[in-house]
Amino acid sequence: MKVAVRLRVNGQDTELLVPPYKTVLEILREDLGLTGTKHGCELGECSTCGILVDGKPFLSCLALPLDLEGHEITTIEGLAEGSRPHPLQVTFAELGAAQCGYCTPSMILTAKALLDTDPHPSRAAIQQALAGVLCRCTGYLKIFEAVELAASRHG
Amino acid sequence: MAKTQADELAVVGKSLPKPDAMGKVSGQARFADDLMLPRMLFARILRSPLPHARIRQVDASRARAMPGVQAVLTGEDLPIKYGILPVSQDEEALCSEKVRYVGDPVAAVAATDEWIADAALEAIDVSFEALPSVMSIDEALAQPGEPIHPRGNVHKAVALEFGDTEEGLRSADHTREDVVFFEGNTHLPMEQHAAVAQYGQDGKLTVWSSTQTPHYVHRALGKVLELPMSRIRVIATPNGGGFGGKSDIFAHEIVAAKLAMVTGRPVKITLTREEVFYAHRGRHPVLMKVRTGFRRDGRITAMQFQSFLDGGGYGSYGVASTYYTGALQTATYAIPRYRFEGVRLFTNKPPCGPKRGHGTPQPRFALEVHLDKVADELGLDPVAIRRRNLVQPNSQTVNWLRITSCGLEACMDRVVADSRFLERRTAMPSGRGLGFAVSSYLSGAGTAIYWNDMPHSEVQVKVDRGGGVSVLCGAIDIGQGSDHILAAIVAEVLGVSLQDIQLTTADTDLTPIDLGSYSSRVTFMVGNAAIAAAQRVRQRLAEAAARMLHCESDELSFRGGQVGRRDHPGEAISFAQTVQAAEAGEGLISASGSYTPPKLAGPYKGSGVGPSPAYSFSAAVVEVECDPRTGEVRVPEVWIAHDIGRAINPVLVEGQVEGSVYMALGEALMEEQTFRIGVHKFPSMLEYKSPTTLEMPVVHTSLVESLDPEGPFGAKEAGQGPLLPVIPAIANAVYNALGVRIDEIPITPEKVLRALAQPSRRVGPKGVPRFAFPSPIQAARPPEWEGK
Amino acid sequence: MLRLPPLRYLRPTSVEAAAEAVAEHPGAMLIAGGTDLVPNLKRRQFDAPVLVSLRGIAGFDGIQGEPGRGMVIGAGATLDQVATHPALQTAYRALAQAAGFVSTPQIRHMGTIGGNLLVDPRCNYYNQSAAWRQAVGYCLKRDGDICLVARSSPRCWAVSSSDSAPVALALGAELTLRGAEGERRGAAADLYRDDGIVYTTKRADDVIVGIHLPAAPAMTSAYWKLRRRGSFDFPVLGAAVALDWADGMVRVARGALGAAGSRPVEVSHLLTPLVGRRPDDELIAQVAEAAEKPARPLDNTDFSHYWRKRMTRVLIERALRDACGLDPLAGRLTAQTRSGQAA
Ligand SMILES: Cc1cc2nc3c(=O)[nH]c(=O)nc-3n(C[C@H](O)[C@H](O)[C@H](O)COP(=O)(O)OP(=O)(O)OC[C@H]3O[C@@H](n4cnc5c(N)ncnc54)[C@H](O)[C@@H]3O)c2cc1C
Ligand code: SF4
Ligand code: FES
Ligand code: FES
Repeated sequence: MKVAVRLRVNGQDTELLVPPYKTVLEILREDLGLTGTKHGCELGECSTCGILVDGKPFLSCLALPLDLEGHEITTIEGLAEGSRPHPLQVTFAELGAAQCGYCTPSMILTAKALLDTDPHPSRAAIQQALAGVLCRCTGYLKIFEAVELAASRHG
Repeated sequence: MAKTQADELAVVGKSLPKPDAMGKVSGQARFADDLMLPRMLFARILRSPLPHARIRQVDASRARAMPGVQAVLTGEDLPIKYGILPVSQDEEALCSEKVRYVGDPVAAVAATDEWIADAALEAIDVSFEALPSVMSIDEALAQPGEPIHPRGNVHKAVALEFGDTEEGLRSADHTREDVVFFEGNTHLPMEQHAAVAQYGQDGKLTVWSSTQTPHYVHRALGKVLELPMSRIRVIATPNGGGFGGKSDIFAHEIVAAKLAMVTGRPVKITLTREEVFYAHRGRHPVLMKVRTGFRRDGRITAMQFQSFLDGGGYGSYGVASTYYTGALQTATYAIPRYRFEGVRLFTNKPPCGPKRGHGTPQPRFALEVHLDKVADELGLDPVAIRRRNLVQPNSQTVNWLRITSCGLEACMDRVVADSRFLERRTAMPSGRGLGFAVSSYLSGAGTAIYWNDMPHSEVQVKVDRGGGVSVLCGAIDIGQGSDHILAAIVAEVLGVSLQDIQLTTADTDLTPIDLGSYSSRVTFMVGNAAIAAAQRVRQRLAEAAARMLHCESDELSFRGGQVGRRDHPGEAISFAQTVQAAEAGEGLISASGSYTPPKLAGPYKGSGVGPSPAYSFSAAVVEVECDPRTGEVRVPEVWIAHDIGRAINPVLVEGQVEGSVYMALGEALMEEQTFRIGVHKFPSMLEYKSPTTLEMPVVHTSLVESLDPEGPFGAKEAGQGPLLPVIPAIANAVYNALGVRIDEIPITPEKVLRALAQPSRRVGPKGVPRFAFPSPIQAARPPEWEGK
Repeated sequence: MLRLPPLRYLRPTSVEAAAEAVAEHPGAMLIAGGTDLVPNLKRRQFDAPVLVSLRGIAGFDGIQGEPGRGMVIGAGATLDQVATHPALQTAYRALAQAAGFVSTPQIRHMGTIGGNLLVDPRCNYYNQSAAWRQAVGYCLKRDGDICLVARSSPRCWAVSSSDSAPVALALGAELTLRGAEGERRGAAADLYRDDGIVYTTKRADDVIVGIHLPAAPAMTSAYWKLRRRGSFDFPVLGAAVALDWADGMVRVARGALGAAGSRPVEVSHLLTPLVGRRPDDELIAQVAEAAEKPARPLDNTDFSHYWRKRMTRVLIERALRDACGLDPLAGRLTAQTRSGQAA
């Protein structure tokens, strides 16, 4: 039943033996211990499980491992450089953009994908880019501000 | 403490990152479903496919025989009933005789993985005898067939009267009656509920759960599992959102514990999103009638309020919810005579309970649209009619609520001025409108859920020779920032930085009690307990420092990690040195503090719901943009002011206010938990419509600081109150924009179009069902209201 | 955690091999982005013992050509690629709009245009977990023998919920299909059957390879979508129109409605009054009013079907105005007055 899969996660190659129908979400959390990736529906309806694949926002709950071989997977655990947090992590903390923190990993990764292509996005561009990640706590406003603050610190 | 000047404060009042922030932004925060234990099993629950049925037989033999299945439980294994309120012990972890809604738990499996557990559920054969189901308030009252619970479909009927309201209405110049409906909706926390249980060979049970109320779970586990509480440890994990949805005792928590006991292995259970909709305990659908008498100048002479709550299949918090639909009308307006009648009905739907604002958003909606309509009839503007009736600081309402600090008027002034409400509302372009409303909420329920004389919150503070400060408390952070409140307050009192504080929270083995993260009680109660504990520690440290600095202990200030003489800034020693000196003198320095709210309940039965040591106040102006061709309503801008007492951390308070606006917006325009052919119409994140970034308006938040005399540093609540005015303000704005009254929440495009096409320009319920309320308990009014 | 049922996963590296793999394994299904298939499988809406992935096929996602010559879009192009491709922002703009309106940025990065054309028709009684469907007694589309929306109906009325499907019809797109038995090309319109269960004419092993957009140097097009929220939501109604122009007059008018039936509903024949005319407010309003006729919404999506029906003309009007370069929201039809009379 199981198949060998080679995944590159946060810059690290790993080889795994997993059922081919085990989603990347389950593999990250259960096989790789990367529980920073959360889940709220497992059906593509909330994006809490967001990861980056080749720098683009993806849903780990719908992705199957064999299809991500040869691609670069980034999870929230891969954002900091050593113990130095990513600027977005700092601004999210500073501005109270993480309340319960459950949508936060996906929100930050999605924001990172945005800033990587558009370093100084308008408020409207931020709203569009983050429109796929639901947050029930914040009303999103502190999140927008945190993205803007990170962008402005970037110079 | 309340009156401490802002410039004397080092931590309190500052927008600092909360202590749990880095854990949350880095993915390191460990939520319940993140826990993995060696040999862990995975549990799943079989749920009823029928809304109302008798269970004839459950045959789990096929499931038990499946490889990988380690245990199967049915109703027989957990026969003891429980419930959050002592008066409503009507739930079973697994139903044994009857099921009362689609989704009611019937059996449970623990297996080596979730695939096997799922397959095993399919192999459990249950035979049901279907009973007629009751899906609405009307059906519940009509009582077809067997009632849902033995004593009938009426769960609770209450009636209270303060002063002769009939007389008050007779003497009015003008009276008006409105009937409105508020559809049910749910919390939809992003994190699905999860629990992990472990039972050691030492006979001790540990349960980790994403619960807002570990103490109540602790008690219920003791009862249902027949274990002494001393052998049970409940650890609340950070909640990935709660909003009231995790403040009950849930079947899955009990089931996980029992399965761990049966198998001797750790067991994890995580609800699917669909199951979260069945766990529910969300906003009650409420049908309301309000009748009020006014003098010509707009002053209220009397009010009669009726509410019909669609409670779902079990009691849950329902008795409290029922009272709450009548409790806080008087907290914003001086109502001299007041009658409240409320009834909660059982229906075959997931049980309703507390959601942000518990029982008060529905009546607040009724009241605030009612007032706007009356204002129109009296030729007053919406602000004027409210001003005429505003509750005053340091007063007592007719139903005996003690109002202390009150920034309601300041909140009103603020949003009215900032939005230019009065100038603009009469000159809005077509399709645009402005609406206004105000509200009030508790800073913690004045009574515990079960009757007792003990404190509601307790905090322990212990200092370390290295200068570290350990703070232990039962409070659980659900995103609202309770960890920050604890840390900030202790840091402030001891003059250390937030980084010097180590928190241990919500672990019944380690931490002293806190009743839980509900009723907006944490900042107020935990905050006061933390101040008490920290001050005791500070006193002992001050004595030691005074000896070293050759001064009196009351001459010392604790600031910036230093303990020094207030008048001789140069003479100071470090906090750590102070600890060492104190410890050398008397051993371990630690102290505890507790908070018990004052006894505020009035002299009548039912007075336990409503009293709070302090009330927050809010006011909102909402701008809407309506498309008259589709009926769609958009909200581009909101002005909201909230009387927080004191903002211990302004950025976190703003976050609570903005989150409340968000949730209100969803409830007002799109969220609803509705049923069809006996089942939840769409128990999914896709079809339960939660607003996205694209629906979120610009929000202008103002914090009003009324410095409550009893609040910690003057603080009150922020987590729930700001939701309340937004919903009626939207309804009032839609009226301003299009001239239609949607007396029914949510305000959907269909309803707006229907109202536009109707001569009455209104969509809403026509009346309330006939129901014989008990004759009201005639309660005495506080002396200041006698003769009014 | 909702999980997939056990299944085999094959990753061929060519279209031919993919078609053969499906033909070889009974019940096998193709999977591209998986954004429609995976949730449906997790809810056990159908069985697929074998999935044949199209993601290992090189060059399956190319977008070539320009409006003057016509374009070919590889079926494996992601919705994001289609939404943002520069050559798709003029004549074929409706397609870019439709792709850009699909769900969320996340889904648009994963989901493909080929998969989008083939979204399994949706229904509030069907896109539910197995336990939920058991509670309501199942329906025709899976395991049951009645339609819960139209109880006396012998057929399934699940809703074609693809954003790009009506656009493909409006643009007159053609598709190349490659099956185990060879390749063929045909009109996109011929792909769809008016049935909620067997909703296409294609065989299981037919792989959509490319979408051909005919040369259209003077065409304008627009797609309007009705839904509750600005993201996530499937259309509860979609209006796609394409107008070919000559000398400032409409030469050809084509249109189709999405989420108005079990397949994209062709309304081109109702747009003919536009032909040879320079459309103004009044004409567009008249045409839009007439073009709503074939829409047959039922009570199986978000919103009430009455409202969806009433919105049809409004949405068509807006799409037409958009394609004519007029302010879409300034049209003459107001649901308020016209439908008010009807109600
Ligand atoms: C929450 C959510 C919201 C959504 N909202 C929308 C929406 O608003 N509008 C919308 O249109 N869609 C929506 N979708 C559906 C889906 O995401 C998109 O339609 C997407 O484009 C499907 O593409 P895919 O590549 O992921 O298809 P898959 O899921 O891989 O496949 C879908 C179907 O197409 C078949 N298939 C795929 N590629 C080919 C091919 N090349 N040849 C032959 N058969 C093929 C598969 O066998 C399967 O039957 C939504 C999905 C989710 C989960
Ligand atoms: S339209 Fe009818 S048969 Fe088709 S999926 Fe819906 S309920 Fe089932
Ligand atoms: S968990 Fe909700 S989209 Fe993946
Ligand atoms: S912070 Fe709680 S869901 Fe976003």
